[in-house]
Amino acid sequence: MAAGIPILRVDGLTLAFGGVKALNGVGFDVEPGSITTVIGPNGAGKTSLFNTISGFYRPTQGSVQFEGKDISRVPAPKRARLGLARSFQNIALFRGMSVLDNIKLGRHCHLKTNVLQGLFYLGAARREEMALRADIEERIIDFLEIDHIRHAPVSALPYGLQKRVEMARALAMQPKVLMLDEPVAGMNREETEDMARFILDVRAEWGITVLMVEHDMGLVMDLSDHVVVLNFGQVIADGTPAQVQGDPEVIRAYLGAGDVADLRRRLRQPEAEAA
Amino acid sequence: MDWLFFFEVVLAGIGGGALYALAGIAFVIIYKATRVVNLAIGEMLMMGAYFFLTFFAILELPLWAAVVLALVSGAALGGVIERLAIRPMLGEDPISVFMVTVGLGSIMVGLVEIIWTADQRRLPEFMPSEPIFLGEAFISSKVFYGFLIALALVILVVCIFRYWRGGVALRATASDQGAAYAMGINVPRVFSLAWVAAAALATVAGIVVGAIGGLSSSMGVFGLSVLVVVIVGGLDSVVGAMAAGLLIGVLEALAGAFLGGEYKLLTTFIVLVVVLMLRPYGLFGTREIERL
Repeated sequence: MAAGIPILRVDGLTLAFGGVKALNGVGFDVEPGSITTVIGPNGAGKTSLFNTISGFYRPTQGSVQFEGKDISRVPAPKRARLGLARSFQNIALFRGMSVLDNIKLGRHCHLKTNVLQGLFYLGAARREEMALRADIEERIIDFLEIDHIRHAPVSALPYGLQKRVEMARALAMQPKVLMLDEPVAGMNREETEDMARFILDVRAEWGITVLMVEHDMGLVMDLSDHVVVLNFGQVIADGTPAQVQGDPEVIRAYLGAGDVADLRRRLRQPEAEAA
Repeated sequence: MDWLFFFEVVLAGIGGGALYALAGIAFVIIYKATRVVNLAIGEMLMMGAYFFLTFFAILELPLWAAVVLALVSGAALGGVIERLAIRPMLGEDPISVFMVTVGLGSIMVGLVEIIWTADQRRLPEFMPSEPIFLGEAFISSKVFYGFLIALALVILVVCIFRYWRGGVALRATASDQGAAYAMGINVPRVFSLAWVAAAALATVAGIVVGAIGGLSSSMGVFGLSVLVVVIVGGLDSVVGAMAAGLLIGVLEALAGAFLGGEYKLLTTFIVLVVVLMLRPYGLFGTREIERL
């Protein structure tokens, strides 16, 4: 891996709900400018990991470090301001608002004007709004090709577009690390390819580091520089896509048994006993 | 039929309805932001009125100072309630939180009786008292100015919701708490803000209601009509609270004038039942509303 401090480091992270350990000593690094993907079977703890990194859950043990600083005790809104933006597995847009309003809300954490300035739309508030509009309209909306729906209410949009609006909102937060929770879940092939292109462009054009959770193995192997595999709350493999793909532990986690001969043997055993 | 009289009754109803709308909006702000059904809204309004009474009538401060201090005290009360009684209930069953607000209402009634005694109190006159005529129709000056105050505040609230960041944060929190939190919105602070703002609005409503009808420890009954207003309008709809406030105000005034005072509440609750049968989530409310 590249030298220097990782932009995000998860270190010995344990998250327990009562006696159940959703995460158990999870640790890995995210290098700046990389696309890092967390994979694992259902219930492996991927979303718990995301929620802990973004500050929704407080870890029982271990730490989350952002640009070399421990942020384990920093509340979620402040982490957003530091540059951690996320999307949600089940789309969490503000229903009842338009696409543009949703995206603008992403910038909320960076706005500074007070109530009077906002009400009378004076000086600073006006400048802020203008700058916001220029940035959002010229860059984010064009970039994600959602110009045609900017005034549509989000609840009326098809699923694929909602996912894209959610990504636009996360980009409006001017993040350093963009965390995507299953960005292509439930999408058809064409939508998936679009999203893959956007993810690559986010890194290429804006230099944003991407950390995602995804189940679509084709996409994961094509895009990722670095793959972390979780199973039962523990990291069972960590490396390049090729390394991870060949790892017997990983195959076992996904298929139940990695060794075909062993599987055959085990299948034969009951027969032999019956005979 | 005497149309002039009818018109006057309607005007008085609109005046009273504006106060329902104002208190209704206070209720809606809390419900929207925190999903708490606050049954103590009438008692918060009463506390506001008593704060004003203390500063204005007992301490004899000038009007503006009394209003400002009453607002500050009312808002602080809202903040304290949120922090001490509501925040610890975060994540509990909605019905439990609802019961907490019922208890808060009783506590406030008790406090009023301990501090200010259970006697009826009157506020000294502070609004211009010459009657207002719209064309030939007469309206009592208190109702008229009360209406203007309520109107101005309602407009202010709507503007804040729309244009101020904090208002937008409140709307976002109402829509999706998790997403708002991830967007850098400090959700616990939005909760506090909602209670503080609602308590301040309730205080204004309390001052006007107190000026019109006097103060007593049973003033909180006003909250019962407010509850009807927000249920009819939709628990989470500011527009609903305004429309339903005016509607209930006018209907109550008409029932009081033409059927007799004892029919006021009857009319209100008939409206409530009819609306709930036709639209269980209120006239303007969103469909997904908890069942209590």
